[in-house]
Amino acid sequence: MLSVNHYLFLSLALFTIGVIGVLTRRNVIVILMSIELILNAVNINLVAFSRLFGDVAGQVFAIFIVTDAAAEAAVGLGIIIAFFRNRETVLADEMDLLKW
Amino acid sequence: MLDKVIFYVFGGIAVVSAALVVTRRNAVHSAVFLITALLATAGIFLQLRAEFLFVVQIILYVGGIMVLFVFVIMLVNLDVALQQIQFSRQKWVALLVTLALAGQVGAMLWWAGQPGKKTLPLPVSVAAPAEKLPANAEAVAHSLFGPYLLPFEIASLLLLVAMIGAVVMAKKKV
Repeated sequence: MLSVNHYLFLSLALFTIGVIGVLTRRNVIVILMSIELILNAVNINLVAFSRLFGDVAGQVFAIFIVTDAAAEAAVGLGIIIAFFRNRETVLADEMDLLKW
Repeated sequence: MLDKVIFYVFGGIAVVSAALVVTRRNAVHSAVFLITALLATAGIFLQLRAEFLFVVQIILYVGGIMVLFVFVIMLVNLDVALQQIQFSRQKWVALLVTLALAGQVGAMLWWAGQPGKKTLPLPVSVAAPAEKLPANAEAVAHSLFGPYLLPFEIASLLLLVAMIGAVVMAKKKV
């Protein structure tokens, strides 16, 4: 029988892969995609617990997270376009204007 | 039994394509595999009887956000980036730290899930029989427009701000 632990482990796997993507990739677009993976992993947790407790509030919060993900993607990609126009790069370690 | 098969098929697809997202060299390939991962997650949602979230995931994530991603990948010239090193210098340290984190959380979940402990091992599938659940979209609507009305309005404000922000960011002259 499937327990809530199965979903937690699936969520943990997706979260870990997302964090690895954020920390190791140089391409900012792939980093943003990894953030989407992380948010998705959180959603699986919320929906699994919503099913476990028979309370629909978890799904409502998952909808809020999807909204946040949309806002974050829109603003983040806008920043990437603006930055690419100025510096001609999408690599995270070349974005060092504030570093000295 | 069928629940288990569906879970492992969708979960396996999600994990494999997530791993491909972070390892592929070409960002377009990453985007395609991210679409697969998100669709597999939508399947998991459907198996958890969250039908409304299943539709939201497909329409909003796969239909909206991913189109935005692919659009930006097309705008940003990636031919140069393809030739460069894809992983940053701190990759081994980052991998080690992340795996340590995953090991800790995994061990915690594993211990909590052992029989004898009454914390986690409640089976999801018999939590409430699927036939006894109220219509999902209806229940979500009652919750969203009842106790969570204020967060809902704040979310709409957030979307407005994000929309203005994106337009200002992507404008040629500020």
